[in-house]
Amino acid sequence: MKDGKNTYKSRRPMERLLQRIPFLKDEKYSPFLAAGLLLTSIMLIFILIGLFWTPYDPTAMNRNEKLAGISIRHLMGTDNKGRDILSRVMYGSRITLMIATGTMIVGAGIGTVLGALTGYFGGMADEIFMRIVDALLAFPSVLMALVIVSLFKTGSWEVMMALGIAFIPSFARIVRSEVLRCRSMDYVENARIQGVSDLRIIFMHILPNIRGVLLSSILIGFNNAVLAEAGLSYLGIGSQPPHDSLGSMLSSAQQYMLSNPVSVLGPGLAIIWMVLGFSFLGEGLRREGD
Amino acid sequence: MKYILKKAVMMILTLFVVSILVFLAFNLIPGDPAARKLGTEATPAQLENLREEMGLNDPLVVRYLRWAGGFVKGDMGDSYTYGPVEKLIADKVPITITLALMAFVIMTIISIPLGIYAARNKGGFIDRIIVVTDQVVMSVPPFFAGILITLIFGLILKLFVPGKFVSYNRDPAGFFAYLLFPAIAIALPKSAMTVKLLRGSVIEEIGRDYARTAYSRGNDTRQVLYRHILKNAMIPVVTFMGMALADMVSGSIVIEQVFNIPGLGRMLLTSINNRDYPVVEAIIMGISIMVMTVNFMVDVIYRIIDPRIDAVD
Repeated sequence: MKDGKNTYKSRRPMERLLQRIPFLKDEKYSPFLAAGLLLTSIMLIFILIGLFWTPYDPTAMNRNEKLAGISIRHLMGTDNKGRDILSRVMYGSRITLMIATGTMIVGAGIGTVLGALTGYFGGMADEIFMRIVDALLAFPSVLMALVIVSLFKTGSWEVMMALGIAFIPSFARIVRSEVLRCRSMDYVENARIQGVSDLRIIFMHILPNIRGVLLSSILIGFNNAVLAEAGLSYLGIGSQPPHDSLGSMLSSAQQYMLSNPVSVLGPGLAIIWMVLGFSFLGEGLRREGD
Repeated sequence: MKYILKKAVMMILTLFVVSILVFLAFNLIPGDPAARKLGTEATPAQLENLREEMGLNDPLVVRYLRWAGGFVKGDMGDSYTYGPVEKLIADKVPITITLALMAFVIMTIISIPLGIYAARNKGGFIDRIIVVTDQVVMSVPPFFAGILITLIFGLILKLFVPGKFVSYNRDPAGFFAYLLFPAIAIALPKSAMTVKLLRGSVIEEIGRDYARTAYSRGNDTRQVLYRHILKNAMIPVVTFMGMALADMVSGSIVIEQVFNIPGLGRMLLTSINNRDYPVVEAIIMGISIMVMTVNFMVDVIYRIIDPRIDAVD
């Protein structure tokens, strides 16, 4: 690669496509990673465009064009209030992505810190904590989120918190077992002898070393968050109008499915697209790691 | 035996922890159940009487013991508006359990042959189609699968009438027929995951020494596969399928809403919306008991198909 020429040319169409992108040129990707990168970046671009421009105002109702099918004017049709579904999907995908990201920040963030601390220090607190984590893991996370939401009120923030809390145990457990594995490794011992503080060892030495495991659990968790949020919003206890996420759009579209069957496709395909992108990414990273 | 006993104790301990968490969650939230029951017109004296009658003035521990004790005896408390909870949910439980079990059977029927087929023909054209389709199906939320099924099989092909649930004590055949489509919706994503796991597991076992030995002794592919490889390859798959069954019980909450099935999930949602906490508590405990029983059974089956566990324990 001295002369900057592309030395590796893939036979796989997906990879070839990625190799046309300037800064990805010389990389060799597994087809899964390539497909994941492609799907995810298209989704992100779609959402980014939605930040600045949507074909119509996602909340503008048009009495004359209720429940319209697919047409040039409305690529995904319109809903029961005459709102353009494509515009609403652009907006709703953003809400869904934000809730999933928030869920991961809460769940992965708190879970990682708790798991790392208990795994590193061990002792009685660790023992008790792990028993509670075991109990919570046996408890379905959607059910837990339902309980938490039912205790507070419904809304995007509440769902984000509820799902985040529901995801803490699984992250705590993964990180704990990884930290336990690393705790007695040479580099940690070395750092300890040099007088590095425990907290610094945990967060600056151990955590960066387990980033592979962490990244793939975050990708899987992200997918579960998107799916769980969609489910909760579909049940009407997630994001509330006018901040409809993809799930709540589906539940209202379903009611009018007889008169406008295509209206369920837009939001549904957007969810599948998002989840598929991240799951391809995760699968690709896993294979790359093997 | 020791292993099973240990797992049973663990299950009871877990249930105990869950029951404490559920009880605390619903008893520490602000709001007075007595006031909710009587409405806004109640006088302070009436409120105080009812509070005493409901035992709300007792310490938290006493209230927990009374609630948990009642639960063990089959008395799940009273709904704020509809009387005893156990009567409310008695006819809902069979619906949810049937739905989950049907989904489980469908998952087994679809995924095991597909997984074995894909592994045997690894790298082939059909295997590639299975792998990619699998990844796509995994990404479909069950409720969207449900909506699509309603659209295609209900509205276009008219194989069933969406929303027209048939009760099991009126027409058992119709009941099963109606639950078939929701069960498929729940089963699809889980089947995809099982296929993926089984395929990977069989491929891994095929490469092991014992499989080669079995081949070299003159067995044909079929015999090696079914007598030797599958036995080992099924171990992680059985664990996963057990977890999937547990998930299906809780996953039916959403699917019941899609297909208008009056099961535990619908009841749970209605009660959450009405803030009818005794019902919510009971259903959540009920679902957790089902989930944990399934988990326990998985542990036991795991022990039977993989006796090596004892050596580790």
